Amino acid sequence: MTAPSLVGSAGGVLVLVGALVTLSGGVGLLRMPDFYSRVHAAGLTDTAGVGLIALGLILRAPDWGVVVRLLFILLFLLLTSPTATHALAQAARRDGVRVWTDGEPRR
Amino acid sequence: MTSEIELISLVLFAILVVTAIGITRLRGLYGAVMLAALFSLVIACLFVVLDAVDVAFTEAAVGAGISTVLMLTVLALTRAREAVTPRRRLWPAGIGSVLTGGLLIYGSQDLPAFGARDSPVQRHPITEAYLLESQNDIGVPNTVTSVLASYRGYDTFGELAVIFTAGTAVLLLLSYVPRHDPDFERRKLLLADYRILRVVSKILFPFIFLFALYVQFHGDYGPGGGFQAGVIFASGFVLYGLVFGIDNARRVVPRWLLRVLISSGLLLYGGVGLTSMLLGGTFLDYDALSPSHPVMGQHVGILLVELGVGITVAGVMTAIFFVFADRRVLQ
Repeated sequence: MTAPSLVGSAGGVLVLVGALVTLSGGVGLLRMPDFYSRVHAAGLTDTAGVGLIALGLILRAPDWGVVVRLLFILLFLLLTSPTATHALAQAARRDGVRVWTDGEPRR
Repeated sequence: MTSEIELISLVLFAILVVTAIGITRLRGLYGAVMLAALFSLVIACLFVVLDAVDVAFTEAAVGAGISTVLMLTVLALTRAREAVTPRRRLWPAGIGSVLTGGLLIYGSQDLPAFGARDSPVQRHPITEAYLLESQNDIGVPNTVTSVLASYRGYDTFGELAVIFTAGTAVLLLLSYVPRHDPDFERRKLLLADYRILRVVSKILFPFIFLFALYVQFHGDYGPGGGFQAGVIFASGFVLYGLVFGIDNARRVVPRWLLRVLISSGLLLYGGVGLTSMLLGGTFLDYDALSPSHPVMGQHVGILLVELGVGITVAGVMTAIFFVFADRRVLQ
């Protein structure tokens, strides 16, 4: 196996892992018991899922122009997604949404 | 390859239908607004599948971006829950929508098949003219820009006039603010207490405006242009207003400046048309701007016209957000 195709398949694996993380985030969004844990699941798809997919696409990029653009997108996402998740959770806390403890029913 | 595209379109259409049903079923209007944003985003994806990247860009910026923020600002003024309509009053509207939908589906039978080779779009000689001759006449790599700003300059002028009129109407209706009435209070849209939000948005502002400038002046070479750039500029100001409060945003872009911007963009567009008339051409005939070198004239004309579009769109969008956020409501 030559080097470029090795890099390419590594990129493919990263995209696949990213897709799996996104899927698990979606499952978490449906299954988690309260607002905060659901925000955590959604934040996972935003940062880890999309980040891994973008990294994989960088490894599979046809030329440098695409690499630079993807890097910008990745940087932007790494800055904005955690901020959005934080703002969401913070707003819920200010609104007085309580944290779920074991044994309570799902909310 | 075709089947892959068909599969992607099918999935996107399925999401679209589910989202539309979700919007009609939701009583919480914040959720409905978010779903409407998702709807726009999926439509933008469909446009990308159809290779209409300029339209996709506009849809993502306007539909998913700025109109979502405007709707949320409106919801801050009214109630966030839909009132329950009695079931018998739903029937006329329901019958109306079913009839309209049925008519549309019936009418779509006459459309040529997706990607058909002998559709009127493919056979009409104007397609050839736009796609091939525009490279010699205008020399702009992005044909969409040359069609939008040069061949169809009149239409775009009309569109800009519509945006100008809409913006002016909203300003006329909502600009009146009762100053010191204790019964009326302005709803707080202030997020400045969120320290992380404040820091991160401060980091982002230069990049938002840089990106808007890139979209504005790179529209000749790639997807983008005045409409998209104007919306991105406006979203920068809207973000500033949301995070740092509307009064601080007013200090950055005061009321008079917005009014000047809104009208000067349209004036710039019309001025380019009048200049080309004074130089011996017809209205919006950019060849007249540089008779010895028509392609140069086209480039200058498109640049100025797109700039006019960008200025007016940015001004109108920012002004609409500001007047909504400035409204005082009965406490």
